[in-house]
Amino acid sequence: MIEIDSITKTYGTMNAVDAVSMRVETGSITAIVGTSGSGKTTLLRMINRLEEPTSGEVRINGTSTSSVKPHLLRRRIGYAIQGHGLFPHHTVARNIGAVPELLKWSRDKINERVDELLALFSMDPAEFRDRFPAELSGGQQQRVGVARALASRPDLLLMDEPFGALDPIIRTRAQKDLAHIQRKLGSTIMLVTHDMEEAISLGDHVAVMDGGKLVQYAPPAEIIARPATDFVANMVGDVERPLRLLSLISVSEIIEAGEADGEGLPETASLRDALSACLWSGRDALPATREGAVVGRVTLKAIRARAGAHL
Amino acid sequence: MKTGRILRSVLIALLLALVLRPDWFVPIFAPFAPDGGPVIYQRASMLSLSLSHLGIVTLASAAATIVAVALAILVTRPAGAAFRPLSRTITNMGQTFPPVAVLALAVPALGFGAGPTLVALFLYGLLPIFENAVTALTSLPRATTQAARGIGLSRLQRLLRVELPLALPVTLTGIRLSIVIGLGTATIGSTVAARTLGEVIIAGLLTNNTAYVLQGGLIVGLFAVLIYDALVQLELYLTGRMGG
Repeated sequence: MIEIDSITKTYGTMNAVDAVSMRVETGSITAIVGTSGSGKTTLLRMINRLEEPTSGEVRINGTSTSSVKPHLLRRRIGYAIQGHGLFPHHTVARNIGAVPELLKWSRDKINERVDELLALFSMDPAEFRDRFPAELSGGQQQRVGVARALASRPDLLLMDEPFGALDPIIRTRAQKDLAHIQRKLGSTIMLVTHDMEEAISLGDHVAVMDGGKLVQYAPPAEIIARPATDFVANMVGDVERPLRLLSLISVSEIIEAGEADGEGLPETASLRDALSACLWSGRDALPATREGAVVGRVTLKAIRARAGAHL
Repeated sequence: MKTGRILRSVLIALLLALVLRPDWFVPIFAPFAPDGGPVIYQRASMLSLSLSHLGIVTLASAAATIVAVALAILVTRPAGAAFRPLSRTITNMGQTFPPVAVLALAVPALGFGAGPTLVALFLYGLLPIFENAVTALTSLPRATTQAARGIGLSRLQRLLRVELPLALPVTLTGIRLSIVIGLGTATIGSTVAARTLGEVIIAGLLTNNTAYVLQGGLIVGLFAVLIYDALVQLELYLTGRMGG
């Protein structure tokens, strides 16, 4: 568990981060979202002490981060940033193995871990191990950057706009990969983004920052349904709220018995996908499938009822 | 690329011949020598003069590199930033002093021989190396230096594993400039009895023997061109490995 205890960072007379407190459960993804200048990156950078807090403290599993030397603390916390920040003069393997090397793992153990991570990110170890970062595509560089952050099995992974430099298609894929890997490894992740869509789709909790203050910290569904301030509502986007809400609910929640014509939709798809399919094909109901077999249907009426359930 | 390689081999062969078998060039240089005068410089072997010349330049450039890079590292640390203008002034002064003036001033202190030349070349070589090293160290890719800090490298580890290797190609450009300037400037050292290829050129000028001037000048020129080329190749190799 990560506890942030009324942490403040002051530059001159301005509070970049103003008395923020929050608790992050082990094994969850927390997305910190805000506009530029909201203090979200400063908040993240105070957790691994790239910035020293002016007051307040951060505890990881009960131990204060100020009790350890900063560079030793950072070796226990994964860090991935926008534009990957890989070492251009080191091979992919050496980049990924950077932190284990600092922690003095044995050569064999490091090589094994590098291959394991490359395979996890669907990059063939034999093919990619000895390449240099400049020889990779943007998406591959970004994956290597995240693999490096995960290499030593850190207690916590901090990500600062990790997908900011990727084009939209690769970005969506990278987000899915991250969600998948997080579930598989059970890592605790704190991620900074300016994109509410990304925060809602990735975060188990979303923390909204505005002017250095934490204005709302809640699960995504609550952020959408009950924004705490106008600023949050604005970030969510009033017009898109129903769609964002639907994107969080899977088809399996409102499957009903019955028949429907046409192409089916897997039950793991979101209601937003289902609504889109209904509108596009002009149908009132779609067959819902589980591993290819039809298990029931999802109707436009039920989607509408679910979207209005917060009223 | 291919013509470059052929040209390079021809120049290397020519240089080797000039240094090791100067007598082969009697027919070529004869028209430039005074009537009945010697065509080829005989008072010292070209090989020993070349080795001494290169030795002086290597020593001076190595010392300049060590001092300039150390100074550059110092002034790019947060604690040393205040000294940046001062060290810039000092290295600039080294460059503004004409080498001849340094020689003249150094002789009373160091006596005749290689000493004054080493001092002049050292002072003259500082600036390009220092300026390039400072530029390289202050313009490293931000994401990389941030990540180096973020994943837990200590200050010294960041310097040795990330900053210096990444700054190497640009620093090397400075070293290359300084070496090439040094190769030419070292010839003046012969006026104060340093053993360099300048001896041949100066003997030619004193006795009105253009053949000597050509012989010495060609060797120095070829060394400069070939060493310059080799260092460019090294830089290209290093930047290529880092993806430029």
